[in-house]
Amino acid sequence: MKRTMTVLPFAWVALALSGMAMGAEEPSGLNTGDTAWMLTASALVLLMTPGLAFFYGGLVRRKNILSVLMQCFMCMCLMTVLWVLVGYSLAFSDQSMLGGMFGNFKHLFLREVGYDGGDHGAVPKQLFMIFQGMFAIITPALILGAFAERMKFVGFCVFMSLWLLLVYCPVCHWVWGGATGFFGLGNDGALDFAGGTVVHINAGIAALMAAFVLGKRQGYPERISPPHNLPFAVLGAGLLWFGWFGFNAGSAVASNASAANAFVVTHVATAAAGLTWSIIEWIRNKKPTVLGMITGAVAGLVAITPASGSVNTMGALGVGAGAGLICYIFVAAVKPAFGYDDSLDVFGVHGVGGIWGAIAAGLWATDLVPGNDTNGLFYGNAGQVAIQIKAVVYTLIWSGVVSLVLFKLVDVIVGIKADDHEERVGLDLTEHAEAAYTVVD
Amino acid sequence: MKYIVAIIQPDRLHEVMDELDKQDVHLVTVTEVMGHGRQKGQAQVYRGHKEAGRLLRKVKLEIAVNDDFVKKTVAAITTGARTEQIGDGKIFVLPLEGCTRIRTGEAGAMAIG
Repeated sequence: MKRTMTVLPFAWVALALSGMAMGAEEPSGLNTGDTAWMLTASALVLLMTPGLAFFYGGLVRRKNILSVLMQCFMCMCLMTVLWVLVGYSLAFSDQSMLGGMFGNFKHLFLREVGYDGGDHGAVPKQLFMIFQGMFAIITPALILGAFAERMKFVGFCVFMSLWLLLVYCPVCHWVWGGATGFFGLGNDGALDFAGGTVVHINAGIAALMAAFVLGKRQGYPERISPPHNLPFAVLGAGLLWFGWFGFNAGSAVASNASAANAFVVTHVATAAAGLTWSIIEWIRNKKPTVLGMITGAVAGLVAITPASGSVNTMGALGVGAGAGLICYIFVAAVKPAFGYDDSLDVFGVHGVGGIWGAIAAGLWATDLVPGNDTNGLFYGNAGQVAIQIKAVVYTLIWSGVVSLVLFKLVDVIVGIKADDHEERVGLDLTEHAEAAYTVVD
Repeated sequence: MKYIVAIIQPDRLHEVMDELDKQDVHLVTVTEVMGHGRQKGQAQVYRGHKEAGRLLRKVKLEIAVNDDFVKKTVAAITTGARTEQIGDGKIFVLPLEGCTRIRTGEAGAMAIG
C-alpha cells in the first residue's frame, strides 16, 4: 500500500510531461543546461539587493535602518516594472537611436521578447531579459549608500526612475547592447564581462554627485555614531559574495568553461582583497577590523566584475590585492582629505574599485581564459589598457553629468533632502512611520 | 551635592552634551528610556493599522554635581534640549546624601568632580 502511494505521484508527473510535449511546441534554440544555470544565476543576482540592504543597513544609525531597507526593496519593485515596460528596450534593442546613445523602442512592453533562444545565448529571451533586470535593480540601489540617512523618499523614487532610464540604460546599451559608432564601447573591444563600467563605475560616480548635491549629514564627520549593527553588515557582505557568483558567472549566459572561470576568479579576487585590506589595517592600526575585512572583500568583488571573463586565477590575485590596496587608500585617506560625505563609501568602493577593475582587466587579460581572445598589457597587448580607459572615461562623464543634472532637477520638482527635523529624528519614523527596534514591549 | 535627572528628546542629546562640556560638566550617565508626557508622539503604522504608541522614546541623563554647579548644569541642559515644542522634557534636581569614588575610596564633594 505504502509503495503504491509513493509511486503514484510520479506517474502523474510523467503523464503530465508527456501531455505537455504533445500539446505545445518547445521553443527552439535552447540548451537546458544553460537555461537551468541562468534561472539559478538570476535568482542569485536578485538576492544581492537584500544583501546590499543589510550591508548598508547595518552601517547606518538605528533610526535609519528601515529607510535603507525600504529604498533597496523599492528598487526591487520599481526598477522591475520600469525594466519590463521600457528599460529593457532602451538597453538591449539591437537597433540604436540618437546616434547609438539608446536602444530604440523595438522591445517596448517586451514586444518580440519570446521564449526561444538566439540573440543572447541558448536561453529563452525572457530569461535573459530578467537576468539583466536583476542588474537594473542592484545598480541604482548601490547609489543609495551615498545619500543614506538624509534623502527624502519621494525624491529617491523619482531620481532612481529617471536614473535607470537616462543613465543605466544608455551605458548598458553602449557596452552590452550592441551600440556602434561613437558610443560603441563593446564593439571597440572594451572588456566588461559583468558590469565594471555599466554597474559599478556608473553607480559610483552618481553616488559622488549625490554626496556633493545633498551635502553632509548633520554632525559629519565628528558626531556620526558608529555603525549600529555590524553583524548585519557582515550578513549583507556574505549574501553579496554569494549572489555575486550569479552576477559574474551568470554573465557567461551559458553553463560552460567561461562561467566556471568567472566563478573561480570572483572567489579568489574577493578573498585576496579582503585579506589585503585586513593586513594593511593590522600593520597601520595594530588591529584588523571586521568592517575593514568585509569592505575589502566587497572592493574585490567589484574589481573582478569587469575582469572575470578575461583573467585567470593568478591574475585574479593581482586584481583583488590591488582592489584592497587602492580602495583602502581612497576610503581611509583621500575621502577624509576632501571632506565630502559619501556616507557608506559608494564611490570609494564601487567607483574606485570599478575603475581599478576595468583597468586591471586591460592588464591581466589573457586568451588562455576560455571564451576570451583578448590579451592585456602583461600578455603583450598594451593597447587594451587604452581601450579600457576610454570606456571608463565615457562612463564617468555620462553618468557624472547626467546624474548631477537629475539630482538638481528632482530637487526642484519634489525636493531631495530631508529637512533638519526629519534628519534628526530619523527617516524610519518621519518617512515610513515605523521603528526598527523597540525599547520595551 | 545634588543629583540632576533630566528627561529629553533623543535627538537633542548631542546638543545637551555640548552645552554641558562648555560648563565643564563631563561626568554624565545616559540611558534610553520610554516615557509618557503630554506629547502625542510620532504615530507608527503596521500593515495599515495605526498604533499611536502612548510611550515615547526619550533619553535620561543623570548627573551628580556640587552645589555651585547646579544652576550651570540646569541651564546647559535647558539650552541644549529646548525646541519650544511639547515633549522637550523635564529636569529634576534631587538632594544627594553621599558619593564615593570606588577606585580611591574618596568620599563627598571631592569624589564628584
